[in-house]
Amino acid sequence: MADIVLDKVSKKFPDGTVAVQDVDLEIADGEFVILVGPSGCGKSTTLNMIAGLEDISSGELRIGGERVNDKAPRDRDIAMVFQSYALYPNMTVRENMAFPLRLAKLDRETINQKVEEAAKVLELTPLLDRKPANLSGGQRQRVAMGRAIVRQPKAFLMDEPLSNLDAKLRVQMRTVVSRLQKQLGTTTVYVTHDQTEAMTLGDRVVIMRGGAVQQVGPPQELYDHPRNLFVAGFIGSPAMNFLHAAVQDGSLRTALGDVPIGDRVRRQLEGADAPRELILGIRPEHFEDAALIDDDTRRRGMEFEAPVEIVESMGSDKYVYFGVEGERASAAELEELAADAGADFTGGGASLVTRLSAESAVREGGNHRVWFNLEKIHLFDPNTGRNLTLHEGRAAGAVAD
Amino acid sequence: MSINATPAGADVTTEETAARTGRHAAVPAQRASRRRAPLSENKRAERRLGWLLCAPAALVMLLVTAYPILYSVWLSMQRFDLRFPDQREFIGLENYVTVLTNEFWWTAFGVTMLITVVTVAVELVLGMGLALVMHRTLVGRGIVRTAALIPYGIVTVVAAFSWRYAWTPGTGYLANLFDGSAPLTERASSLAIIMLAEIWKTTPFMALLLMAGLALVPDDLLKAASTDGATAWQRFTKVMLPVMKPAILVALLFRTLDAFRVFDNIYILTSGANETSSVSMIAYNNLIRGLNLGIGSTMSVLIFITVAIIAFVFVKLFGTAAPGSDDGERR
Repeated sequence: MADIVLDKVSKKFPDGTVAVQDVDLEIADGEFVILVGPSGCGKSTTLNMIAGLEDISSGELRIGGERVNDKAPRDRDIAMVFQSYALYPNMTVRENMAFPLRLAKLDRETINQKVEEAAKVLELTPLLDRKPANLSGGQRQRVAMGRAIVRQPKAFLMDEPLSNLDAKLRVQMRTVVSRLQKQLGTTTVYVTHDQTEAMTLGDRVVIMRGGAVQQVGPPQELYDHPRNLFVAGFIGSPAMNFLHAAVQDGSLRTALGDVPIGDRVRRQLEGADAPRELILGIRPEHFEDAALIDDDTRRRGMEFEAPVEIVESMGSDKYVYFGVEGERASAAELEELAADAGADFTGGGASLVTRLSAESAVREGGNHRVWFNLEKIHLFDPNTGRNLTLHEGRAAGAVAD
Repeated sequence: MSINATPAGADVTTEETAARTGRHAAVPAQRASRRRAPLSENKRAERRLGWLLCAPAALVMLLVTAYPILYSVWLSMQRFDLRFPDQREFIGLENYVTVLTNEFWWTAFGVTMLITVVTVAVELVLGMGLALVMHRTLVGRGIVRTAALIPYGIVTVVAAFSWRYAWTPGTGYLANLFDGSAPLTERASSLAIIMLAEIWKTTPFMALLLMAGLALVPDDLLKAASTDGATAWQRFTKVMLPVMKPAILVALLFRTLDAFRVFDNIYILTSGANETSSVSMIAYNNLIRGLNLGIGSTMSVLIFITVAIIAFVFVKLFGTAAPGSDDGERR
């Protein structure tokens, strides 16, 4: 077990493309860190550099305090789990799990004992003498995990280990991975493109974009206090709503009406180079059916009326899509996020996603009055993507002083 | 094709199930339900169409392979020398006794076996090396591959002539290198040169087949092995070779069958002088030069049987699967 430190680690390919740029990251001993981002953000390259499967162009990588830049993967004492599981097809489950131990030249008895132990933890005992070809996806995945844990390495590196499983199994395996990591207390670096996995699994989440780290922090902090537009848009499902907002006479003109702004934000907007147009971000759960809130809550927000497009009842609550007028919010980050989600079709017109209480009487087709919480609003600079409502790392909403 | 409950019948059902589902894993329940089920009208029509579609190819195969094979078997059972056509007579297996008790046959058989084993073994090693180079090379991939394949693209006879001239004393550059000796006039050196020519010519083919096998080894597997602590050699022997095994066996099978029928190089380089004849060579000498159709055919049939045994050993004993099927890994 050991800590992992990335000190200005970069990866530049021979053709000149920079895959990873100056990543600084300190992963504590026993910590579970998730690298997340859209495809091509450099998360897998970063993991491969930690594993030693990819050379480090510049910067330093230390595992357990020791510089390992030039060490071969086999000398780094790390175990890796691959998306494709990478099980050896010619070996049985037992042989697969024993492989790293056999290479480490342990005696037969110790190997057997360790394999049996790991198999028990992962409930693989009845499958030990099968070949990978005769296992289901979930079983293969567990064998891959088993092969990683038998060795008790300094760290686990996992490259989208659950992405090849079907949705239900993925949720189940998520808890298995989480429990296993807590039990073993081994430092783990986990790569995924799925923000749900990132939110649910990690102690800390590292969001990457275009080879650079955007924000590092516990999942809830990234969710509540996103440092920029990209983080805000990437974390959360359904995603945060982004609206165009024009600064005018001390308030923001938006499709939801004129939003008041507090002194602190106003001071920021008074500078000469301050943007005149902003992007207003608000999460779906910060809306509520105006008929369902008490007066105390009502005062903390404002209301608007809009045509209801679609109602999706989830049982516990309702996702309601409203059609709103006005200009679309546009920024490079948002386009990138949309491209990653494969959303090149927007269906015209801006649509607002809200999560209302299940008791709401909202109906498709009609207009409905909706309240939203002003304290939870984020304002972003469309040019830099910076979150203007952050104050000392905390989001304070638009109206805060 | 009738379906019954004998073990053979069960096999038939399995094959049908496999053909229908397009997979080779027969589910026992499926097998049981299919065993006695009468074929529907639709299935029967489908099967009839299947046979019809196969018919032209099957007919051509019968014409160009089955007929000559059967005819040579028929010829091999006769005393039939074109110089004495009047003595033609059915003599059963007498020709086989003559050939199999003949010292020349066994010498040629030994030479052929030697050439086969040595060339295939050397080609496997060199071919693997070449395949790895072609697979791994990053710069000038196209040039490397093309250059490696040139020997295979040259007509064997032409290549054999170039080797012969090269080893001709006085004019040959290779012969001059060795003080103008005449290696093609001695048995051991002649065989060595024949094998060298064979290896030079067919290693690229071996490499090509093995490269297809290398493509079967997923990158992740090698990465996993290196994080598991394997050295480059261990990755090669413990991961790459086992995964490539089906491709290696197919390559070996093809090459062994080919090598056993070696003819062109010997014909050009030594014409079989100094007991360097292969079995194909002496079959040719008896059949075409000697005009002895009976003995010549007998030898051809014996070569055919040997080749069939080699193929059988590879397929049944080593479990070589036909290229494209993944049946081998299931067991």
